[in-house]
Amino acid sequence: MDRVAVIGASMTQFGQRDAWIRELLAEAGEACLDEAGVDGSALDHLYVSNMASGEFEGQTGVPNALAHDLGALGAYTQRVDQTSASGGAGVYAAWQSVASGASELTLLVGGEKMTHRTTAEATDVIASLTHPVEYKHGVTLPSFAGMTARHYLESYDAPRDSLAKVAVKNHRNGVDNPHAQFRKEVDEKTVLESPIVADPLRLYDFCPITDGSAALLFCPESVAAEYTDDYSVISGIGGATDTHVVHERDDPTVMGGVVESSDTAYEMAGLDPDDVDVAELHDMFTILEVLQLEDLGFFEKGEGWRAAAKGVTARDGDLPVNTSGGLKSKGHPLGASGVAQAYEIHQQVTGNAGERQVDADVGLACNVGGFGNCVTTTIVEAAE
Amino acid sequence: MSFDAYRCPEGHVTYPDHAVCPECGDEQTETVDLTDEVGTVVTWTTSTATPPGVREPNHLAIVEFDLGDASVRALGQTTDPVETGDEVTPVYVEELRDPDAGIREEESQDWDGYRFEPA
Repeated sequence: MDRVAVIGASMTQFGQRDAWIRELLAEAGEACLDEAGVDGSALDHLYVSNMASGEFEGQTGVPNALAHDLGALGAYTQRVDQTSASGGAGVYAAWQSVASGASELTLLVGGEKMTHRTTAEATDVIASLTHPVEYKHGVTLPSFAGMTARHYLESYDAPRDSLAKVAVKNHRNGVDNPHAQFRKEVDEKTVLESPIVADPLRLYDFCPITDGSAALLFCPESVAAEYTDDYSVISGIGGATDTHVVHERDDPTVMGGVVESSDTAYEMAGLDPDDVDVAELHDMFTILEVLQLEDLGFFEKGEGWRAAAKGVTARDGDLPVNTSGGLKSKGHPLGASGVAQAYEIHQQVTGNAGERQVDADVGLACNVGGFGNCVTTTIVEAAE
Repeated sequence: MSFDAYRCPEGHVTYPDHAVCPECGDEQTETVDLTDEVGTVVTWTTSTATPPGVREPNHLAIVEFDLGDASVRALGQTTDPVETGDEVTPVYVEELRDPDAGIREEESQDWDGYRFEPA
């Protein structure tokens, strides 16, 4: 089977932006097409990853708007909403469109406009993904993170500061990402003394609220060299869901969607966790990076907290994780995040990551929606 | 008032109910009222950044009820701060959050339910 190549990638400045959703999507989409030297009119398919433009801004129908703005009239368009994992699900949809032969050229743009809302309002939009029996208690995604972090720390006798070390590492990485919302180092003391948000987790255990977008351009591997020498290949991809109601999971420290989606991706790529050189994980909360390190097979259950402490996941470690700064410092515009993760891995395996560059031929991105409710894992490799 | 969990003929119990038992696919044919049960706190948090219409701080816990031949968990607010391993009992509350304040359509769901109180 002809594999699927990524022949263009872009992302906008992440942070507090004046632009609204249409402009954000067009900015990343246009930059991605320009990089590949492709006109919008050449697109067969156009996907938009976005969780909640209607709820945040009152603008729906964004794929159609983007097609018009990019001159891609005639293209098949579709919005992909998988909450926080909309971006990863968009990569899956775009991959599928090319792998199936339905499209010879697919553009994916992920974006979200959030910062015009108060933190309480944005938190409520995101919490609206919960089941009614959860929502009526006022549970938020940060609350799930607090409960899971406590259970993890108590179950595995892990120190609280192990989570702070994840935040310190990712903020350090974000300093070298020109697109990141925060380009400022933080020390462990600052993290551990920041205000409590969901006990035992504090402000610096959480990603910010962010505006931004990112884009990727896909075609069959067999014709990728006609567009560029700097392409990468999606060698494995998998998506999986876990329970909607979070308390119904047997072990709250296991993200079943991460386990199952990565099993599928590894099998498709013919690779093992040991073969991965660099990873972008969904660190919406520090505890999530730890859980993914375990559920992706990089560490045994209960051991993932040691990674940041030992420097294994630092940029100069054996398995650099979140070289982009992660959601933690780069920011988390919901629908953009999974696309921006794949952007970072593409830049790494094509040797275009600048100051963030590590030695990597194989990269993995894990995009988590809800509190592990729906997950996409993607493996991206350097072209042969 | 009752705090109903749902049981299928295979004996699997869930809270809340589902169209079919997520474990085996059978129809959930019985209810189990948790109102008078004593549960144990599996984990907890206190949320200090709450959405519109939600009390702040909001004490929340995941509680496990041992029903002998099965167990079932439920998430809920707690009346007071709790610790892991604490025993708690359900207490009925008419309105757990202000149905008018959040994004969820008021008519789409119930807003009453059970908080957990230290036993």
